[in-house]
Amino acid sequence: MNRLLKHREILLFLAVLLVLVLVTARFPRFAQPGNLLTIFNDTSILMMLALGQMAVILTRSIDLSMASNLALTGMIVAMTNAAFPGVPIPLLMAMCVVIGAGLGAFNGILVWKLNIPPIVVTLGTLTIYRGLVFVISGGAWVNAAQMSPDFIGLQRMVLLGLPLLSWFAIVVAILFWVLMTRTPLGRSLYAIGVNPTASVYTGIDVGRTKFYAFVISGAVAGLCGYLWISRYVIASVEVAGGYELTIIAACVIGGVSIAGGIGSVAGVLLGAIFLGVINNALPVINISPFWQMAISGTAILLAVVLNARGERRKGRVILKTAEAGA
Amino acid sequence: MTDTVLHRSLPNRLDNPLKSAVLSWESLLVLVALGIFILNSFASPYFLNAWSLSDLTFNFTEKALIALAMALLIISGEIDLSVAAIIALASTMMGLALQYGADTPMLVAVGVGVGILCGAFNGFLVTGLKLPSIVVTIGTMSLFRGIAFIILGDQSFKGYPKSFAWFGQGYVYWVISFELVLFVVCAVIYWVLLHRTNFGRRVFAIGNNDVAARFSGVRVDRIKFILFCLTGLMSGMAAVLLTARLGSTRPSIAEGFELEAITMVVLGGVSILGGAGSILGVVLAALIVGLVTFGLGLLNVPGIVMTIFTGSLLIVVIALPILFRMWRQRA
Repeated sequence: MNRLLKHREILLFLAVLLVLVLVTARFPRFAQPGNLLTIFNDTSILMMLALGQMAVILTRSIDLSMASNLALTGMIVAMTNAAFPGVPIPLLMAMCVVIGAGLGAFNGILVWKLNIPPIVVTLGTLTIYRGLVFVISGGAWVNAAQMSPDFIGLQRMVLLGLPLLSWFAIVVAILFWVLMTRTPLGRSLYAIGVNPTASVYTGIDVGRTKFYAFVISGAVAGLCGYLWISRYVIASVEVAGGYELTIIAACVIGGVSIAGGIGSVAGVLLGAIFLGVINNALPVINISPFWQMAISGTAILLAVVLNARGERRKGRVILKTAEAGA
Repeated sequence: MTDTVLHRSLPNRLDNPLKSAVLSWESLLVLVALGIFILNSFASPYFLNAWSLSDLTFNFTEKALIALAMALLIISGEIDLSVAAIIALASTMMGLALQYGADTPMLVAVGVGVGILCGAFNGFLVTGLKLPSIVVTIGTMSLFRGIAFIILGDQSFKGYPKSFAWFGQGYVYWVISFELVLFVVCAVIYWVLLHRTNFGRRVFAIGNNDVAARFSGVRVDRIKFILFCLTGLMSGMAAVLLTARLGSTRPSIAEGFELEAITMVVLGGVSILGGAGSILGVVLAALIVGLVTFGLGLLNVPGIVMTIFTGSLLIVVIALPILFRMWRQRA
């Protein structure tokens, strides 16, 4: 299993390299360290969101409400900042995480206590959270002039040659790596996805673990709410519209199985970076950005085909014997 | 102790048909629809008027057409998130055909044909390559709409002929629009297909247990493939109606339709896990969604706020029976 996953990540890494080489062949400046760091920074938010989504998908669930959650928390902090510029930014960020986690917990409670399928719950909250952005803002925008310089400047501060935004992504990635590989909760997330019935017999509370997964994805979405708003310096109803599918795409390209139980932090990061490289490469090689959507669609389909072949080779065998045992 | 439990779990007599009909999901939906209808007529003086009610039907028929086929697909345990993207691609292709001088029948053929082809492509990926439909259709959703963006960019197609516009704007008799007639006819066809034919019975069988269905001789893959083609066909038809109604094509056409169609299906009592559901429920749910959005529209509620209502409606209508059951079990 482990060898298989590594194999997959290497494959993905090579795919990213190939795109880099192809673009660099025509435009040598593309692969300069400075530009690569810019791409990394551009992709930071997607990486964090995709990691949060992975925690949910691992448990055979899905969180379609992440982008709406991001827009709602983003709007709340932007309005808070516009109204009370004195509130320190770290406090605002803590607020984001708490609000985001709360919105995620709402999804989680419905999945845990009422046993409603996650796709139905988050389909509902996707529209509800997005609508609430309109309700609290009255459809108005919060623009750069209304935000305090600290609010906008924090993530652009450079530390050891990297903007703080990139550092956020690195720290979140490390936290997720620890969570997934070094904690009982991470272990349970995988266990539930591989075999929920067997998980119950080993003493895992399936509903509660799914709840935690939704809280995690919500908290990440909340944090990214602040980062997104302060990066693009505009808070409106349309922020990150439709982005939930890009997040899922990054997961799928990164080798996360939609059937649960399979996926790794490194894979998801590479999946996000793959999309980021493509997005940055298109304008450079003079392809209209209108091609972007079709290309990421094709990438998703190719990734699913590859995933399915990989999973069929080994993963399913384990699952079948485990289910026969239970 | 075990005796009493056993005694309680065995009913003295089976529920009579009348009682189960009254307590069914569909009757709950009828009540909700009636309630919203009455609320609407109190809330706005413009509501109870033949032409208003006729306008109301334009609100949901296109999505409801898709919901009919989507219901069968979800009952069989699959899902198609690419339906709105199929509309975008079919509409773009119709616009392209128009540039090459296609006449109205040709335009309709192109729209419906592209729809079927897209559905067949989804069906091939799911049944031929054995891929999970949710990811496949997330992928094709980007792909189909992406192709529309490649062709159109930030442009739009306009200038559809008047005879074509009739499909989206015409009336068959008095206030009864072509869209509504088409929807009623399709609803009857799908009702017969799902509830009165072998095919429909097999769809339920696959949704309940596709391995068992396969062992009992049901050609699971072929039926699923047909269902994907049907969903594509209905999306193609919706593309014809929507394009004719709007009179123009942009690549962002019908954005978010997939979520509304799925909301109708789930609200209609179709189990998202497959194996259960009825066409009557889906039709009622479509009517409810149409009533809610139209009523709120008459009250000048912005579209984005309406989505809060449809989203809450989805969660509440599904959560209530579960809460009720939990409360009864505790009592």
